[in-house]
Amino acid sequence: MTNHWVDIKNADIILIMGGNAAEAHPCGFKWVTEAKAHNKARLIVVDPRFTRSAALADYYAPIRVGTDIAFLGGVINYLLINDKIQKEYVKAYTNASFLIDSSYTFADGLFSGYSPDKRSYDRTSWGYQKDKAGFAMVDETLQDPNCVYQILKKHYARYTPEMVSQICGTPKESFLKVCEMIASSAPPNRAMTIMYALGWTQHSVGSQMIRTGAMLQLLLGNIGISGGGMNALRGHSNIQGLTDLGLLTDQLPGYYGLPAQKESYDDFVKARALKPLRPNQTSYWQNFPKFHVSLMKAWYGNAATKENNWAFDYLPKVDKMYDVLQAFELMGQGKMNGYICQGFNPVGSFPNKAKIVGALSKLKFLVIIDPLATETSEFWKNYGPYNDVDSTKIQTEVFRLPSTCFAEEDGSLTNSGRWLQWHWKGADPPGEAKGDPEIIAELYLRIRAMYAKSGGAFPDPIVNLTWGYRTPLSPLPEELAMEYNGKALVDVADPKDPTKLIQTAGQQLPSFAALRDDGTTACGCWIYCGSWTQAGNQMARRDNSDPWGNGQTLNWAWAWPVNRRILYNRASSDPAGKPWDPKRRLIFWNGKAWAGSDVPDYGAAAPEDNVGPFIMTAEGVAKLFTPVGMVDGPIPEHYEPFESPLWVNALHPKAKLTRANPAARVFKGDLEAFGTPKDFPYAATTYRLTEHFHYWTKHNDLNSITQPQQFVELGEELAKEKGIKDGDRVKVRSNRGQIEAVACVTKRIKALDCNGTKVHTVGIPNHWGFIGVAKPGYLANTLTPFVGDANTQTPEYKAFIVNIEKA
Amino acid sequence: MDMNRRQFFRACAAGLGGSSLALLGFSPQPVLAEARSFKLERTTETRNTCTYCAVGCGIIMYSLGDKAKNAKSDIIHIEGDPDHPVNRGTLCPKGAGLLDFVHSANRLKYPQYRAPGSTEWKRMSWDETFDRIAKLMKADRDANFIAKSDDGITVNRWLTTGMLAASASSNESGYLTQKVMRSMGLLVFDNQARV
Repeated sequence: MTNHWVDIKNADIILIMGGNAAEAHPCGFKWVTEAKAHNKARLIVVDPRFTRSAALADYYAPIRVGTDIAFLGGVINYLLINDKIQKEYVKAYTNASFLIDSSYTFADGLFSGYSPDKRSYDRTSWGYQKDKAGFAMVDETLQDPNCVYQILKKHYARYTPEMVSQICGTPKESFLKVCEMIASSAPPNRAMTIMYALGWTQHSVGSQMIRTGAMLQLLLGNIGISGGGMNALRGHSNIQGLTDLGLLTDQLPGYYGLPAQKESYDDFVKARALKPLRPNQTSYWQNFPKFHVSLMKAWYGNAATKENNWAFDYLPKVDKMYDVLQAFELMGQGKMNGYICQGFNPVGSFPNKAKIVGALSKLKFLVIIDPLATETSEFWKNYGPYNDVDSTKIQTEVFRLPSTCFAEEDGSLTNSGRWLQWHWKGADPPGEAKGDPEIIAELYLRIRAMYAKSGGAFPDPIVNLTWGYRTPLSPLPEELAMEYNGKALVDVADPKDPTKLIQTAGQQLPSFAALRDDGTTACGCWIYCGSWTQAGNQMARRDNSDPWGNGQTLNWAWAWPVNRRILYNRASSDPAGKPWDPKRRLIFWNGKAWAGSDVPDYGAAAPEDNVGPFIMTAEGVAKLFTPVGMVDGPIPEHYEPFESPLWVNALHPKAKLTRANPAARVFKGDLEAFGTPKDFPYAATTYRLTEHFHYWTKHNDLNSITQPQQFVELGEELAKEKGIKDGDRVKVRSNRGQIEAVACVTKRIKALDCNGTKVHTVGIPNHWGFIGVAKPGYLANTLTPFVGDANTQTPEYKAFIVNIEKA
Repeated sequence: MDMNRRQFFRACAAGLGGSSLALLGFSPQPVLAEARSFKLERTTETRNTCTYCAVGCGIIMYSLGDKAKNAKSDIIHIEGDPDHPVNRGTLCPKGAGLLDFVHSANRLKYPQYRAPGSTEWKRMSWDETFDRIAKLMKADRDANFIAKSDDGITVNRWLTTGMLAASASSNESGYLTQKVMRSMGLLVFDNQARV
């Protein structure tokens, strides 16, 4: 979230799209009802189903699964044509005026630079026109045909209300009503927030869907302001924390990538320490060497020196992403031997269950670390139709290690609003269960001992890893938190006044502004610096006072970065430093300094210094058009899901290549595993229920009593066509498998008219499996396709095709 | 006096002079019929955060046992923390059932092992479990570690073992997992943020 849960109460318009907060994030959704009750906010829900969020909306519009870019692109077109944008904001705070290279083109769904063999783009032609000093060129009048504003206008001119209705199946009047409501947030005194979740991420164009939402918010001047923002409603209690800490194939803590194979140390630094692209801009990533050197000092201590480029060779070099789809592809090819699942149930969570179980069967060893008995831990066991395998033919050794749950440990979790909240242990775990840090420490220390004693492949990073924990077999959460916050390694005197120290050896650092690139500071995650200072554990703070009355509660827990609650908050004031809306003050220039109800997302520069509010970008402004950020286009384009009930993409019906995302990665064999509308005429989507949490709560009595049995949801019209009655057992098939469940026939899913094709949608709740106290069921991911978003490789769980019949 | 033997001993053991005297016959009948004291009065309160979605609702866990040496804590109730600025004391249908997650019948209690081709688990000690996994990991790393790419660039990566990390685990756990796994050169590495 750019903003946070409580801030939703400050919104005037709330758009829930690609999520269902009332059902999946009920206590966060209470701030939507708060905004409606006390701020006269109006709620819009756009969703394939009339969800529980829709039930509380002021306006609901249906949409076909996987067509959100078409819808939002249509809204952008509406705003630009009708001049319903916050012009001053767009001019000053976005790259609308920037000039793009004249070789940039777009035709038939393809951007310039495409290579069909590699299914990828050379992004050179998406770059800015630059002057002699290397700065990007701009046209403040926004008239140049190569300026971003004009490119957007041209690109989205195709997204007419008629086109939107054809693609999305949304009636034209409904679409226009939503446009009108969204446009009402363009004036500076109006704010709209967007709340989204997996309904946007889990598509082959998921990242671009989110980008379209962000562009909309920028055009309306809704980023950086109270009651605005792009708010990802994240799904696990610490999914934000593990993302921040970089537990992803190619990431290090604090949002930067591991070195690519082709990068030398200098290349590695240069590519991340971005120089400003416009005069006077902050481009805060210029400080990158301070973050990285401090990380390497935290991990490798004295073994990381200037001479060895801070142990650069200790870091694995990336030749490609080894995301989960790639991992199971390699596993299926027999190219992996070992796999560790720590609190993760891939047999339940990953697409194409048959492929996942087949891949695990080829491993030499599988290690499960979990509080619960997961399906993955028993993938080798026959559970009749739910998991029909021959155990005797599966040669994988499986170890199952019991771990603690939340109630049995101390530590911090980062919520969706970036708040790091400390929690305390209430009881011991059952039996012999151990905490995750203890389990990792035990494994590590045994492996280190073997390397120290008998050597082996490149032991250096293993034997030199810092491990100064008081009890080596059981590092304390307090010690680990202090380590990721960071500390000074030596005394450093103030160059202006040598009698004063700017840092004292051994002391916790106050913020990442204190990090140094000379090896005199250590910090395990630069964005978490400030969470455990000399003043103690900031994450454990429990003062809920709200002196400004806008829900900021700056003394409750600690938010990254530097306890800032709303990102880009400098943009809440106009270029002169005056709040766009006097009722909505976050930070403002008081004549001498930046003041207000939040920690300024800005340096000390005065308004007249002309420093842009987006200090993390090299441009100093937000990017409506991104020259380098995305692999599948600098601006979003609608592509059909890989499995779509429609044969063509209505935007370019003749271009076969651009029916679906041309830059998405598809493995050999998976292309053949996609179905066609001939055999699978109905759109399908998976979703979640308020009574359950993923595949966990089917192990709990209460949740299983309230929602005991697997069902699938279909509309009355489709049910009638297929002779299915509410409560009948039905079979749902995709090209990858089949499940059986009880039919729930509802008025909540209506057939949509997409350019003359009637599209029915089948809803498939997750939550059931072959282990648990709820009634056994089929894993929903038996049906889902093995293809991911072009940028993130998040699988396309939310849009595929099926057939359905009475069982 | 209307009291059986068991109630007599319990009354004596209660210890507090006045009250036990009262129970030993100097009290009117209604005292014995008095409702039990509110169970939560004798519990220890511990602040925690709901383990499900990322709203991050504050919760209070109530446990029996006063943390004395022989008193094993047992969580008997969980409710929303009224001080918490986001959930203000409330919980959703998932959070309201948190206690059943803590006490689920399917909680794992001991390390277990399934041999190749076997149809069942067998219990294993932690020591043997750690020892065998550590040996398997080292053997695989030593056999398949890639120190240099085909064109001679130092790449120091290990691709034949992978890991999925838990995004319901704490930051401290996640940080340690990241630190250890990268030191071994792991790239096949993700958490639920990918899906």
